[in-house]
Amino acid sequence: MSGSAPIGGAPPTAALPRPAFRPRLGSALLSRGLVTTWLSIMVLIPLVALVLKSFEGGLAGFWDAVSAPQALEALQVTVLIALVVTVINCVLGTAIAWVLVRDEFPGKRLINSLIDLPFALPTIVAGITLLALYGNDSPIGVDIAYTSTAVALALLFVTLPFVVRAVQPTLIELDRDMEEAAASLGAGSLTIFRRIVLPNLRPAILAGAALAFARAIGEFGSLILLAGNTQIASIYIFAKIESGDAGGAAAVSVVLLVAAVLILLVIGRFARRGLPV
Amino acid sequence: MSVPPLSRYGLRFGVLFYLSALLIFPVAMIFIRTFEDGFLQSFEAVTSPEGLAALKLTLITVLIAVPANTIFGIGAALVLVRQRFRGKAILNTLIDIPFAISPVVIGLALVLLYGPRDGIVGEWFYDHGIRIIFSTPGIVIACMFVSLPFVVREVVPVLQEIGDEQEQAASTLGANWWQTFWRVTLPAIRWGVTYGVVLSTARVLGEFGAVSVVSGRISGQTETLPLFVRKQFEVFNEGGGYAASMVLAVLALLTLIVMNLINTRKEV
Repeated sequence: MSGSAPIGGAPPTAALPRPAFRPRLGSALLSRGLVTTWLSIMVLIPLVALVLKSFEGGLAGFWDAVSAPQALEALQVTVLIALVVTVINCVLGTAIAWVLVRDEFPGKRLINSLIDLPFALPTIVAGITLLALYGNDSPIGVDIAYTSTAVALALLFVTLPFVVRAVQPTLIELDRDMEEAAASLGAGSLTIFRRIVLPNLRPAILAGAALAFARAIGEFGSLILLAGNTQIASIYIFAKIESGDAGGAAAVSVVLLVAAVLILLVIGRFARRGLPV
Repeated sequence: MSVPPLSRYGLRFGVLFYLSALLIFPVAMIFIRTFEDGFLQSFEAVTSPEGLAALKLTLITVLIAVPANTIFGIGAALVLVRQRFRGKAILNTLIDIPFAISPVVIGLALVLLYGPRDGIVGEWFYDHGIRIIFSTPGIVIACMFVSLPFVVREVVPVLQEIGDEQEQAASTLGANWWQTFWRVTLPAIRWGVTYGVVLSTARVLGEFGAVSVVSGRISGQTETLPLFVRKQFEVFNEGGGYAASMVLAVLALLTLIVMNLINTRKEV
């Protein structure tokens, strides 16, 4: 689990008088300038190049590229599968976090560390692992290769840690007095979960879900070998690049970029401490 | 809350079943498949000149991208936590963008900036004999982009938590900025930094989408290990593909072990 538990909140640096150790204004400006410059070169300028390319043919050109039937279909299918995957993650991710925090069984620590495996495993390998077990050469006779089910499964694999790792720290810190009080007043365990636990976990679940959704709509590596004919936005963009239509690729990319920025702004509204990233 | 035993066992085994079906058995299959066709035969692909070149390029990429991100990450975290200025929210969002955006989009953005034909500045570099796209620099830049946020995001919460009392004490006692950083700040954030470095390394080792776009996939030259894996499956050398996947899976499991060791340390 990454990130330490937030103990006592942020230190009150704002209220302190300007400490003597701080770099003088000159070096503060210098370091800030260096960080901003590096970030602009690395992230901002390439993205500006992308946006410029997508509007090369004006607003009409952009709109034509995005509303081309195949592009539209790819975007719709991607968002739909990503939504399904996100909802499954919300339910099962919360269940996994609950089992890992509140339940005790042998091997729990091992299972807990395995949750991070999708972050550590290269995405192309993730796709191959699923293909090896559920592909046309399946040892258990389940062949879902090249279907949208395979896509959903791969996305569930790569997004597994987000909700679990967002919910775990919140659940650990959750004051159990409230639950005990509710139980002593006669509430059943389902009522306690629904009325007390769930409302407390909601911001963490939503933050994890937003990250999982962002990851799902952009995922590429784990899908390239098993998506088959399922139209996925990232695969569509890649095909457009390969066929030399950089403008068409850029337009759909800008749609994904805007979605990514919106998701980040949404996450910014939830507590960002204790998230896996 | 006291959960009835029946639903507790149900939940526990449901979760274990899901994790086995999604995670544990599929990953185990990689190892089974590698050994199925004879380990040495499968492994020939990895030790072929193309396989070794892919491994070497992957290591070069890690050795450049991870240190660069570490230095930037520590610097950016210090600026974000210890300084107050306008536009901090924008800086924060920019840092997080590589996490939220598709790697293919990242690759395309780099091609449109540095590409020899489409690129805004690419033509200039090309005229001066510097190849970025379809060459090692492009692959390194792509990997730096995708793994940029890891160190920052691990160090920021640690810096917030330790506060700045110790740093103030050090400077009161006459330490200059560098001494304060080296003797007080860095030791305090070292596990956060290490964790970020491990995550960045794993990401760079496995990066596929962005590298696919910028590399041009020239066998033996611009193929990283993940691209090599895909190539093996495309030419129906599945044994070789599984063997190369196993190398990456072993590296991932090592990463996981290191992450756990660090987590135990962090809690002390």
